Amino acid sequence: MSATLEEILAQALQQLRDAQDLNQLDLVRVHYLGKKGLFTLQMKELGALDPEQRRAAGQVINQAKDQFQQQLEAKKDVLQNAALEERLASEGIDVTLPGRGQAVAGLHPVTTTLRRISKIFASVGFQVVEGPEIEDDYHNFEALNIPAHHPARAMHDTFYFDAHTVLRTHTSPVQIRVMESEKPPLKVIAPGRVYRCDSDITHTPMFHQVEGFLVDTDVSFADLKGVVYEFLRAFFEKDIQVRFRPSYFPFTEPSAEVDIECVMCGGQGCRVCSHTGWLEVMGCGMIHPEVFKAVNIDSETYSGFAFGMGVERLAMLRYGINDLRLFFENDLKFLEQFN
Amino acid sequence: MQISEAWLREYVNPAINTEQLVEQLTMAGLEVDSVTPAAAVFSGVVVGEVLAMEPHPDADRLRVCKVAAGEAEPLQIVCGASNVRVGLRIPAALIGAVLPGDFKIKKSKLRGVESYGMLCSEKELGLAADANGLMELAVDAPVGVDIRNYLSLNDNIIEVDLTPNRADCLSVEGIAREVAALNKMDWSATQVEKYAVSHTDTLTVSVKATDACPRYLGRLLKGVNPKAETPLWMQERLRRSGVRSLSAVVDITNYVLIEFGQPLHTFDAAKLTGGISVRYAQTDESVALLNGQTIKLDNETLIIADDKQALALAGVMGGSESAVSDETQDVFLECAFFTPQSIAGKARNYGLHTDSSHRFERGVDPTLQERAIERATQLIINIAGGSVGAITEVTTAATLPQRFAVLLRKQRLEKTLGIALADEQVVDIFQRLGMSVQTQPDGWSVTAPGFRFDIAIEADLIEEIARIVGYNNLPNSSLLMRSELGKATEAVLDLDRVKDLLVDRGYQEAITYSFVDEEIQQAVAPDDDVIRLKNPISSDLSVMRTTLWCGLLKAALHNTNRQQNRVRFFETGLRFVNKDDDMQQQKMLSGLALGSAYSEQWGIATRKVDFFDVKADVQALFSLTGADVQFVPAKHPALHPGQTAEILSQQGQKIGWLGMLHPTLEKQLGFDTQIFLFELDQDLLLNKQIPKFKPLSKYPSVRRDLALIVKEEIAASEIINCIKGCAEPTLQDIVVFDIYRGQGVEEGSKSVALSLIIQDFSQTLTDSGIDAIFSRLLETLTTKISAKLRD
Repeated sequence: MSATLEEILAQALQQLRDAQDLNQLDLVRVHYLGKKGLFTLQMKELGALDPEQRRAAGQVINQAKDQFQQQLEAKKDVLQNAALEERLASEGIDVTLPGRGQAVAGLHPVTTTLRRISKIFASVGFQVVEGPEIEDDYHNFEALNIPAHHPARAMHDTFYFDAHTVLRTHTSPVQIRVMESEKPPLKVIAPGRVYRCDSDITHTPMFHQVEGFLVDTDVSFADLKGVVYEFLRAFFEKDIQVRFRPSYFPFTEPSAEVDIECVMCGGQGCRVCSHTGWLEVMGCGMIHPEVFKAVNIDSETYSGFAFGMGVERLAMLRYGINDLRLFFENDLKFLEQFN
Repeated sequence: MQISEAWLREYVNPAINTEQLVEQLTMAGLEVDSVTPAAAVFSGVVVGEVLAMEPHPDADRLRVCKVAAGEAEPLQIVCGASNVRVGLRIPAALIGAVLPGDFKIKKSKLRGVESYGMLCSEKELGLAADANGLMELAVDAPVGVDIRNYLSLNDNIIEVDLTPNRADCLSVEGIAREVAALNKMDWSATQVEKYAVSHTDTLTVSVKATDACPRYLGRLLKGVNPKAETPLWMQERLRRSGVRSLSAVVDITNYVLIEFGQPLHTFDAAKLTGGISVRYAQTDESVALLNGQTIKLDNETLIIADDKQALALAGVMGGSESAVSDETQDVFLECAFFTPQSIAGKARNYGLHTDSSHRFERGVDPTLQERAIERATQLIINIAGGSVGAITEVTTAATLPQRFAVLLRKQRLEKTLGIALADEQVVDIFQRLGMSVQTQPDGWSVTAPGFRFDIAIEADLIEEIARIVGYNNLPNSSLLMRSELGKATEAVLDLDRVKDLLVDRGYQEAITYSFVDEEIQQAVAPDDDVIRLKNPISSDLSVMRTTLWCGLLKAALHNTNRQQNRVRFFETGLRFVNKDDDMQQQKMLSGLALGSAYSEQWGIATRKVDFFDVKADVQALFSLTGADVQFVPAKHPALHPGQTAEILSQQGQKIGWLGMLHPTLEKQLGFDTQIFLFELDQDLLLNKQIPKFKPLSKYPSVRRDLALIVKEEIAASEIINCIKGCAEPTLQDIVVFDIYRGQGVEEGSKSVALSLIIQDFSQTLTDSGIDAIFSRLLETLTTKISAKLRD
């Protein structure tokens, strides 16, 4: 006769203890609980007994089976944990190695600066408009109250294509183009490339400006001062000192130059501010009645202000760049510093 | 414009220091560029007189001098200057003196003879860049007085950068007038007496161009000493004003220019033929100018002529033939008012810019001429002697600039400045500025003085008030104005999004000049009609780019020359091209990639960037708008004939190009690696369809793969277009997943493996249904492009 239930159980438990991995464990499970497993056979043999004995014997077998199954589950947990541990240990990597793939590059600092300027003005409803770079004499000069031979033309070293066609010397012609086609109220900024026939340490023949203007009823010089003041503080993210000086532009009256406290030395005086403590950052003023006349806007009903600033200059001050020419050499060692 | 602070303070001397004075000028709109001491730092130098002189016993070129220098005994000083002589008064540096450059004067022995100081030249005192011998002081210079006091060297040179509207400040008197107004002080102009006429000769003056020359004053001075020396005080003032001393008569006219702002000119009367006329030049007339240049005149140029020829460019520059020289005894003095319009631009047309033209084109006080000619007369007679003729004056009152009253409305003033000012303050400011003011019911009627050319409209008056009150004393207000809701255009993609995508894919943004080297331009786009600058800054920036590749290639080269072996750039901006006599400006987006596909890294085998890497980047751009574009094999002069695609929109619009730089160009431009380029029309790229919802199918999709054998020359796009052309409604997507050449595929053919995604909106597709679709597709593929199913 075959082994007793006790012997089977003892052997089964021993085999569970001996199992080294989940595969072996499963073989053990099948050996005892499978269709032809030893416990299963035991149960089948019950059929030969009478009902009374069958129940008692069945109970005993079931107890043994339960005990086996419990041990099986426990052993399974142990082996699964061990397997997981082993997998984790084998899958360790050097997480300090760099990630793979394409590295991200960056925008030119002029673009970054332009975006910040646009964002600040867009937040109060200024619309961004662009204009042509090859411009006619009328929009670049005449309509801006700079007739031929006006001494102010000497301030613009102009690139010419022919007597009437120039590379725009400032972004102010966009002012004219917008006012020709749209009616007030207007709140516009016009960023873009401008050109002057001048090249040395502090001048490049091409640079960027942002022109801004606002036209409505009841716009005052106080509004201009307020906007410029708030803009400069927003741009430099600092409560810097700002001052307005009388100046002259043919297309504004009154006109002002705007100085900020030198951001390099905090107004103490240094090489960058020529020891004055102040840095000139933009020109501005109330739009000249002659300009309104050129675009058929009634200067009795409407008033407005305009301002213009050099983008490279602001970028230089913001990031501490000391050489204007670097902007257009496109040296990666320079550009990547702003990524 | 630069002036001496001490000279200015002779007119008006507010109780503020230099720094405050400069600040005041700057804040009033007369921007001070610099303040420099009138003389370098030195001390211990006094006025000395050479009392006696004898040769040095051991040196031919040295003299042993006895010099009175205000001490009890004359000093023995050894001197080597050639102009040293008995009776000469000179700057004498005493023992203990310190000269510029920290040069200390000590008792010394020169070739055995003791010397108790040093006699100085202008150079040694830092007053001039070079010198010929000792500085000669006036015969009445007070011996023993500190030279710094005697020459007023404790002075500053103030350089003012004047805006073109403030011609009235192009003189010491002009700035004095402004300083007086700013400080609420009185000032008075230099007193000038009318000079008694002492001879009767005159020259006739005929003004033909009365519109251009409303006033002309001339006067003949006879018997002037051509050898007269300019007095030291005048030389010093001129020096501090940045004017070099030449000869007494010329110096005097320059002095009056600086003092009053009135340009004058002097002719050598002996070299004139007949009378003076002021007229426009005749065509082909020419004049030899003082600067040695001979210019051909045009008939819009105003000249001064005698009966024989053109003598001078009126208001700009005199001629060399009639110029005063060191032999001139009779001088014809000219003091005129030329209108700004008649002088504006003339100097520049001839490549000239003079102190005179600078002032006339901005506006000289038309009431100043008589006072100025009398002032010059007075100075010439005092310094160089001579007799005085009567003034010949030709004035055409009708063409003199008129000063009209300008109305300033009180309410407009307040509205513009955002502040209410007291009436008395407004009136006071105008009066201090020399304007006449009449109070009106609603404001003031203000007439500007002759010297102000910049007061024509109400806004000009408002600026004057703002300027004197001080811009920084005016209020700031917060922007409170009508606001409209912003736009959120969806039909045009924001360029910023495109830039960000390229940045994220590893392209660095570049900004290059819009004008480029014609050689590169010609090499890259030989077929484009370029727009040429008339006055380029240099020959390598002479034509406008017709493609952004010119600048990107140059920028790339700059970097490869600096040990960068991987460059990826993009740029946005205009290209400029002549088309049908029209200068077209087109917004473009361009990119360049060279070097390895990925930056060197541990996990990816290094390989060079290729066409398809860059194509993926370009396709990514189009996926931002969802545009369905075609990459069509094409030829471009700058690109490799086998690796060039023209990019077309679905409607066939030419959006741009993608390709490899032609190997010949690569070599010609100095590269030694393959370069991939793309350029796209921004407007077409950014054009976006607003998405339109399509319902989703509830039925499962099926993927079926298809391997086709086609001839080598059949492009992938042809296969795809052929399949799309069948217009199977259930076909959702086609993906090329493999290209195979080699065993099993005959030479000249290739195997293209495609996977097709099929999905129906109304039913689950059955195998037989799918088979039917595929057999239809295959039939078309076989007929149209001779494709065979691969076994």
